[in-house]
Amino acid sequence: MSFDHLRATYFEESAELLESAYAQLSDLAEGREDGETVHALFRAIHSIKGGGGAFGFDRLVRLAHGMETLLDLLREGTLPLDAAQVALLLRGADALADLLAAERGGTAVAAGFEDALMQAFRIAAEAPAGAPRVVAAPATAAPVDLPEGWRIDFRPRPELFRNANEPLLLVRQLQRLGPVTVTADLTRLPPLERMEAEDAYLDWHFVLQAAVPRGSVEEVFEFVADDCELTISPIAAEVVAEADTPQEAAPAEIAPVAAQAVAATTPQAAAASQPAAQSMRVDVQKIDRLVNLVGEMVIGQAMLVQHAGSLPPDLCPGLTAGLETLSQHLRELQEGVMSIRTQPVKSVFSRMPRLVRELSAQLGKDVRLVVTGESTEIDKTVVEQLADPLTHLLRNALDHGIETPDQREAAGKPRQGTVHLSAAQRSGRIVIELSDDGRGIDRARVLARARERGLVAPDAVLSESEIDELIFLPSFSTAATVSAVSGRGVGMDVVRRNIQALGGRIALESRFGSGSRFLLSLPLTLAVLDGLVVSVGREAYILPIAAIVESLRPRPEDIHAVVGRGDVLSIRGAYIPLLPLHRHFAVPEAEADPSRGIVVIVETDHAGQLGLLVDDLVGQQQVVVKSLEANYGRVEGIGGATILGDGRVALILDIPGLGLGQGRVAASAPRSPATPSALQ
Amino acid sequence: MAKRVMTVDDSRTMREMVAFTLRKAGFEVSEAADGKLALAALQAAPVDVVITDLNMPNMDGVALIRALRADPRMRATPILMLTTESEASKKAEGKSAGATGWLVKPFDPEKLIDVVKRVAG
Amino acid sequence: MDLPMNPNAQPASFGAQAADGAGGTAGQFITCTLDAAEFGIDIMAVREIKGWTETTAIPHAPSWIRGVINLRGVIVPILDLRARFGMAATSATPMHVVVIIQIGARLAGLLVDAVSDIIDVAPGEVRPVPEMGAQAPECLLSGLVPLERGMVALVSLDALLNFGEEVLAMPATLNA
Repeated sequence: MSFDHLRATYFEESAELLESAYAQLSDLAEGREDGETVHALFRAIHSIKGGGGAFGFDRLVRLAHGMETLLDLLREGTLPLDAAQVALLLRGADALADLLAAERGGTAVAAGFEDALMQAFRIAAEAPAGAPRVVAAPATAAPVDLPEGWRIDFRPRPELFRNANEPLLLVRQLQRLGPVTVTADLTRLPPLERMEAEDAYLDWHFVLQAAVPRGSVEEVFEFVADDCELTISPIAAEVVAEADTPQEAAPAEIAPVAAQAVAATTPQAAAASQPAAQSMRVDVQKIDRLVNLVGEMVIGQAMLVQHAGSLPPDLCPGLTAGLETLSQHLRELQEGVMSIRTQPVKSVFSRMPRLVRELSAQLGKDVRLVVTGESTEIDKTVVEQLADPLTHLLRNALDHGIETPDQREAAGKPRQGTVHLSAAQRSGRIVIELSDDGRGIDRARVLARARERGLVAPDAVLSESEIDELIFLPSFSTAATVSAVSGRGVGMDVVRRNIQALGGRIALESRFGSGSRFLLSLPLTLAVLDGLVVSVGREAYILPIAAIVESLRPRPEDIHAVVGRGDVLSIRGAYIPLLPLHRHFAVPEAEADPSRGIVVIVETDHAGQLGLLVDDLVGQQQVVVKSLEANYGRVEGIGGATILGDGRVALILDIPGLGLGQGRVAASAPRSPATPSALQ
Repeated sequence: MAKRVMTVDDSRTMREMVAFTLRKAGFEVSEAADGKLALAALQAAPVDVVITDLNMPNMDGVALIRALRADPRMRATPILMLTTESEASKKAEGKSAGATGWLVKPFDPEKLIDVVKRVAG
Repeated sequence: MDLPMNPNAQPASFGAQAADGAGGTAGQFITCTLDAAEFGIDIMAVREIKGWTETTAIPHAPSWIRGVINLRGVIVPILDLRARFGMAATSATPMHVVVIIQIGARLAGLLVDAVSDIIDVAPGEVRPVPEMGAQAPECLLSGLVPLERGMVALVSLDALLNFGEEVLAMPATLNA
């Protein structure tokens, strides 16, 4: 543990706190709050401030303090909560996020960045008249001439011990300042039969022989000042006006401690045996080690099953049953371990409201973001890598999808546009949906643009979904799509590539005039992959099922040689370039005749659909993804490796990366559309 | 034997800072994220000093102090409140619930060690 | 080869080679044979020695990369040491031996004919490798040790495992 570690903890925690603050603010904005919401929000901001103070992040602390002051009034009900305040607090949270990011990255935020906001918080908080202010008393300047020592009369109130304060400790503390003479005064000591064991009866007189400031002496008695009569007088200076008036003895609150203790024991015991939902932080590496180990066990189990299968079935009847039980437990164990790595999509969804706020302000649009299913869990790595594609899609929706309020009104729509972002788990995959009620895709314009760019043959007739697919082509962007917000550089092809790199797929449904809907389908985890094992020569490769469109044994008449481009496969009127894997990977002794092998049609992003020629299909199975890079390096077209049931290594193809070495294939050939139905 | 201290705070940063500071000073430190968890843990294994935040979910600092003072085994355990300047009224409430002393956030590490030593004896 | 026999008369370049990480030149070495030649592998880097098993070929790999194997769940590349030193590829049989080494966090297997001995080498016993040009396989050696039975060439494991760039020098991609 080091200071850097503490800092890292602080930033990590602050990010979590901000995330929850955003969630609470959105609850407030949507009227979903309960009694706890403002308190929780206050605590979040308070914690960010507290830690920030410890690290000397002064600007951040001031801003958080401004927010806290307002929140304090809101939570006490001194101020009524309205939309303007929620908006202001949201801006505050945004600014806190920026300041945090700057501190974390060691970059500077422009001076005065938060000034207007601070002012706004002050004005908002000052609205109620006479809000109580705690004014710190100015510290009185210490006298320049220190006395030779101090005489201290300490008369504790009986309940001194209730707070676990102890005169002996005070004496020890005084002794650290200098030599102390202690006299106990027994006058208040009652007869034994009237003595309460837990009350303080002794008065003390201390003489401290040390030329220290009064403050040092007062500090010793800091915690007991309210529980005693204390007189501190300098020894040398004979005549000193006693500035310290002894505390007036407030009536002692003598609580029936013993009775309380007995009564309280039972409920506390109950509380102890029923702890709140607990969580603990675990190093991701430890989890990954578990994931790996379980992966090993799955492989080991597959090997056992394979060996057992080669035995005569009646040789050992218990073996099959035992293996079956083992397999089932292993599957459960695997799911359990994988679930540790998962995380709610909330952590990425929660960044979106800010984006929508900022963009709608920038674009002059009125947009409401409705988020559902944010507690859906998905692999941590997937969550982290979802942020970019989602941000891009959301920008697109706001920039191109949602119209301005006037346009919407003219089109007979509500002035406020709505964007829905949802996540849900469907049959072992996570489906994320982003829909808007904007203008939808103008297919005539998309098609015209695609023809212009030579992406589609002039005479080709495309279906609506085929046209929608065009926007996923590399560097496809209609003139109208270039703007300050969405920019020109990153296209939908990159979004698709990002999603595919996560083993996912993306599809689009759109209705011109009434909106668009993007569907992202993602695997629950990256550590395990549903794969198709294929053989090429003596090698076996794994094709990720997610990328496979179909597989077939082509008829010789469907294979056509295209000069300079190799073979193409004609299928239902479309031409798909063929990539013989044995040639691509230089595997000897493989089937070279497509009509005697199998063609697996896969979806790549750079080359559209591609037919991979393999010798045979071996089977479909879940494989544990292993790194090839760790000990070797990156290999083009290979995404990783796995271990098959017989213990041998098989390489996993990186389908999106496969087309790369091929160059652009058959750019003018009409493409068969990616089937959105494959998403289900 | 090293004195045992428990730090109770819903802010992990704050907890870790307290723990870090005190461990360096030779204390044995345990952590709890709210009053309820702290109480459960303390009833299972008491410590020598408790340092608690006031504003926490589930069971706040004042309630924790009250609960600890009600337990005969922890009647004499020093309890320090970790407060901010803005929590003056809370501080008084904590005090009357039985807190031994207080520290103001953000704390100075030396002051923290000093105060813990002061109340732990 | 004409080698300076005076240990104090080592050329300056030798110092640099000697300081070269886990391939440092003094200490215990496992010696292995490739035909008649004997090579020394720093024993500190050796994780295990196992018999040859079939490998899975890696596309676009240099000829001296035999492929990868599954070493208790970890994917480990196997280098054909004979091919790496510019000789013909080994026709591996189950009698051949793979020495698993670890440099840093990186694991690799070296395919050799057999493991013959463990030798103790004192710093003064190591002779520099004569300059044979930067491309020569000799730059994969960190020193030579004359023994009664002949010369043992110490393998520079760092140089041997430093094949990242060569591996990455793939057919041009459109990635840029």
